[in-house]
Amino acid sequence: MSPRTAAAGDLAVGDTVETVLTEDLTRTRLVMYAGASGDYNPLHTDDVYAREAAGYPGVFAHGMLTMGMTGKAVTDFVGDGDLLRYGVRFRSQVWPGDRLVATVTVTGITESAGRRIVELDVVTVNGDGVQVITGTAAAAVSA
Amino acid sequence: MSTYTFPVEAGAVLLFSRAVGYPDSAYGDGTAGAPPTFTQSGAQFDPEFHLRPKYGEPWRGSGRTPSGLPIPATPGGGSLHAEQSYEYHRPVRVGDVLTAVQIPGKEWEKAGRRGGSLTFRETITEFRDATGELVVTARSVVVIPSKVVESPAEGGANGAPSAEGSAAVAQ
Repeated sequence: MSPRTAAAGDLAVGDTVETVLTEDLTRTRLVMYAGASGDYNPLHTDDVYAREAAGYPGVFAHGMLTMGMTGKAVTDFVGDGDLLRYGVRFRSQVWPGDRLVATVTVTGITESAGRRIVELDVVTVNGDGVQVITGTAAAAVSA
Repeated sequence: MSTYTFPVEAGAVLLFSRAVGYPDSAYGDGTAGAPPTFTQSGAQFDPEFHLRPKYGEPWRGSGRTPSGLPIPATPGGGSLHAEQSYEYHRPVRVGDVLTAVQIPGKEWEKAGRRGGSLTFRETITEFRDATGELVVTARSVVVIPSKVVESPAEGGANGAPSAEGSAAVAQ
């Protein structure tokens, strides 16, 4: 599959898409992310350490796992070939068992250097509706 | 701050894409670039990355003891991931050999919600290809609490408790 690019004609300001990133975040996913990213912080994979050495209720997700999962919602919407920016703030921790839903909203469509740019708001919430990350992204789209 | 070389390998892209939730059809054939946050896995090649067990060095993590360390680590060294962003100059491609250069960015302080202060520290990482062309600029902001609130022992990064409000939870 080649990098994909969304078409501007398919997008309008206010368009929004909701993506269920997971119905039930598993500890296995945290282990997969640790191995793939190289972030082996035991707070994310070692329940004994997280509880007994660090005082947390248990392991919790890497913020970057939530950002990565939310990134899929962005690329599913606008493609990945012409992504220009993607940034988030980490608002709240994500725990095993969480349901995560990302909402991507078109906030602007602008012209820059002869290209059409779609600006996006990105929010991911947990099952209680609490924001876990918020941010923005921008992608060039074909005219 | 370190500088390191990061080869973009097909297998690494596939494993990363699975971890963040893509089907194998998305990035599995090695021609589709990489997920937006893939450059995080450059940490595997960073000789100074502190969240990877290293040859011959003690590691925090349960074994015979919950912490893996003979004595509890000193509290207060924890830093929390507060923000992360990327600017993409061109797509990352399998076969790229990227050079990552970490550059210290801005630093600022804020009062913590439960007393003490929070120091925010920005790091910029530039990923350049073999020709020197900029591919991705990553910006990371970590928060370092001035004191650890209701903290059990925990040294190193990401260890402070989630006690300082939304701008500072361990990630």
